[in-house]
Amino acid sequence: MQLTQMGRTGWDPFAEMRQLQAEMNRLFDNAGVFPAAQAYPPVNLWIGDSSVVVTAELPGLSAEDVELTIREDTLTMRGERHQVEEAEHAGWHRRERPYGTFSRTIGLPFRVDPDQVQAKFENGVLEVEMQRPEADRPRKIAINGK
Amino acid sequence: MAQEMTTTAKREVTPTEQGEVTRSAVVYRPDTDIYETEDHVVLVADMPGVAPADVDVNLERRVLTIRGHVHRQAHDGYRRVHAEYGEGDYERVFTLSEEIDRDRIEASHKNGVLTLKMPKAESAKTRKITVKAA
Repeated sequence: MQLTQMGRTGWDPFAEMRQLQAEMNRLFDNAGVFPAAQAYPPVNLWIGDSSVVVTAELPGLSAEDVELTIREDTLTMRGERHQVEEAEHAGWHRRERPYGTFSRTIGLPFRVDPDQVQAKFENGVLEVEMQRPEADRPRKIAINGK
Repeated sequence: MAQEMTTTAKREVTPTEQGEVTRSAVVYRPDTDIYETEDHVVLVADMPGVAPADVDVNLERRVLTIRGHVHRQAHDGYRRVHAEYGEGDYERVFTLSEEIDRDRIEASHKNGVLTLKMPKAESAKTRKITVKAA
């Protein structure tokens, strides 16, 4: 509840407006009418014992359309989503699919070995599996008892 | 000018058909482009993760239903630490405004994108009428 100054200074129209605004904001937040813009492409990150997997939804693209770069603990994917050529002089009824160039760098939780990377592209989903370098892996240390 | 490419979060939908779903999968609404050329209506829908065999297209009178089933990727021994998209089936229903020649609809699915090329029926095509000088 928003406190109004009613009673002490009389009716405050601004307080009412603020309250209305707060209510409207809440209404739109809940309904998800305006979903927040997300970086493209959306990714999921999975961690295993000594490797990390990044999956990205890139429908319409294939292996040769995406450029992957790995540097220390970052993965960069770059590419372009094209529009259908014949669609340029057509009548549009609906246009929801994003297109254009994209470049996204993802920070990985650890350094990865650029020589041990496996990437596959299936049905518009890119999956990149990267291994932690041998030297960086956690090691079990035996404790010597005296 | 280069513009940062963004996308919006996948929209979850409740399946259209009455009755309960037997699978507990989430259903998403695929992002779709629809455009019209002189003799076709073309529908392009993004359904990442859907294999060509798992796409289902149905046209009943003027109601077009597209569905795609996703086989969830198993990541055994991995735990998900960051998620920006969810995996689930796709479903969307359209009502077509043009009369479609339903026998000649071409459907193709490649790289997770469904393309439906629907030829307009002869009666629905715009006819050019020549004006004679009197």
